[in-house]
Amino acid sequence: MQRDDVTAVAGNGLLDRRLFLSGALKFSAIVGLASAGRAAADVPDEPWMREPGAAFSNYGAPSPHEKAVVRWISATAGAPTNGVSWSPLHELDGILTPSGLHFERHHNGVPQIEPAQHRLVINGDVERPLEFTIDALLRYPRVSRLCVIECGGNSNAGWLQKPIQNAAGYFHGLVSCSEWTGVPLRLVLAEAGIKPAATWLVAEGADAFGMTVSVPLAKAQDDCLLALFQNGERLRPEQGYPLRLLVPGWEGVVNVKWLRTLTSSDRPVMARNETARYTELQPDGSARMFTQVMDVKSLLTKPSAGMRLDGPGFYELGGLAWSGRGRVTRVEVSADGGASWADAALNDPVLPQCFTRFRVPWHWDGKPCVLQSRATDETGAVQPTRAALLEARGRHGYFHYHAIVSWQVDAEGVLTHTYVDAADAPAAATDPFDADW
Amino acid sequence: MRIGKALAAAALCATLAPAAPGDSPGTPALGTTPNAHTLATRDTLVFPDGRGLPPGSGTVAMGRDLFARQCVACHGEGGRGGPGGELAGGDPDLTRDQPDKTIGTYWPYATTLFDFIRRSMPLNAPWSLDNDHVYALVAYLLDVNGIEVPAATLDAAKLAAVKMPNRDGFRWVDVTPPDQAD
Repeated sequence: MQRDDVTAVAGNGLLDRRLFLSGALKFSAIVGLASAGRAAADVPDEPWMREPGAAFSNYGAPSPHEKAVVRWISATAGAPTNGVSWSPLHELDGILTPSGLHFERHHNGVPQIEPAQHRLVINGDVERPLEFTIDALLRYPRVSRLCVIECGGNSNAGWLQKPIQNAAGYFHGLVSCSEWTGVPLRLVLAEAGIKPAATWLVAEGADAFGMTVSVPLAKAQDDCLLALFQNGERLRPEQGYPLRLLVPGWEGVVNVKWLRTLTSSDRPVMARNETARYTELQPDGSARMFTQVMDVKSLLTKPSAGMRLDGPGFYELGGLAWSGRGRVTRVEVSADGGASWADAALNDPVLPQCFTRFRVPWHWDGKPCVLQSRATDETGAVQPTRAALLEARGRHGYFHYHAIVSWQVDAEGVLTHTYVDAADAPAAATDPFDADW
Repeated sequence: MRIGKALAAAALCATLAPAAPGDSPGTPALGTTPNAHTLATRDTLVFPDGRGLPPGSGTVAMGRDLFARQCVACHGEGGRGGPGGELAGGDPDLTRDQPDKTIGTYWPYATTLFDFIRRSMPLNAPWSLDNDHVYALVAYLLDVNGIEVPAATLDAAKLAAVKMPNRDGFRWVDVTPPDQAD
């Protein structure tokens, strides 16, 4: 195909993001195939056009041909109820994660809760402790919003000295995006009457871990939701059925699932998962604590590690960007390891604390290259290089890894995860990496 | 929902449920007053100043015995590590290339141990340890981390008084600490 009419806007074949929209690409060859000559009779070749299809179903499921599109489970040896399942971001498109593919992080399994027995209690520094049934909460005014939840430990293999060779979702897929619907938390807090001295709200889950974290009251009264619905239906058990605290933009662990208690307090409880875990040890021996907002981040999912380009020619590069601090305002893509960048198109809608899908056309010349994406959010924060992140944070922080992701394309078109910076010492024989669970 | 309708709904609800007095017009006020049992089961938080610690006590010796029976499979002999993580025996220098984030080297508050063990441990039977057992395990874990437990016995007052070695090793990032506000 001659590409004389197309001008590169950055190195190694990155093209203007408006190219596909402009209609400059002609797919006449493909269209021609579809209208090729008929068979002798008018009978379609497809057998499923010549017999009735399957019956209706009460609850739809993906095509059996998509059975490989699954969460990847990674649990602690000897404790299968403690671990994660990764969302297959590399298999998905659009900005909503199917509920059944939303990542999981459980510390001791998924409780099987009888909704009629579940109660939310608001206690502590309140004028009047209150107890709510789920049926009662279902009568409250609700709002809906699209929102990312990202585990604070997402992408933590990025701290490793050797680039991990997992599919993109099985490295970065502890993040998912859903439409969440629920009761604004401030409504029920106002009914309980938070005392003036209170500045925190401690949330407790009804799982066999008693997950407990502290949320500043200001955040709780701002945009937190008592989530009852996910993507139009009631929460899945593994997402907190029947009630989950949604804390937009904040690390996953504070979005407490199976929410049972909210305790108003003048201080955080200093629970295990806000002290011994979900804190980040820095090179000077101090640790960052209450690092709750998830920073701006992006990655290319199409294509990504483990995939193979089918020869030189045109491709659409695409991926996901998001920021816990607000809207993504810009995503740039590089095909030359960060030497030059092209602006990607951002698909509508572009919403705060939500996945934003970006795309950019690319002509691969068949030579090895490195693909990257770099996001900027509305606060002006730019996704850092890995070298800059390691320089600032060392490599033992474990949580909040959000550096630029690099995919190496070799001459055969095979993509692998790579590091482009020189920050790494020669790889150690064993990469020190505590799962920290 | 328009305010008028909301108020009407709130008024209706007041006749259906033991509604809270509610200083928030426009919401249904469907919360009820929890009974004493419910309040007790939701009052389990233990704060760094010792607030929430229950009566009871336990010894290092009791804790050692319990640990050997209930904890060692996941946390190793003396808490030196296993599939459930390393609890003791770490080098206190957190700037090392491979730092040890154990209870003694990393955890800022001893009260967190009580809160966490009581609600979460052991994983196969949370809430199976009584309060004396939890005090005993906390006493043992402090002891194996080289943190002094006076008279080898722990209760609410003694636990609240423990200052962990890494107590001041943390800095808040997205929230202003109370002593730095205003």
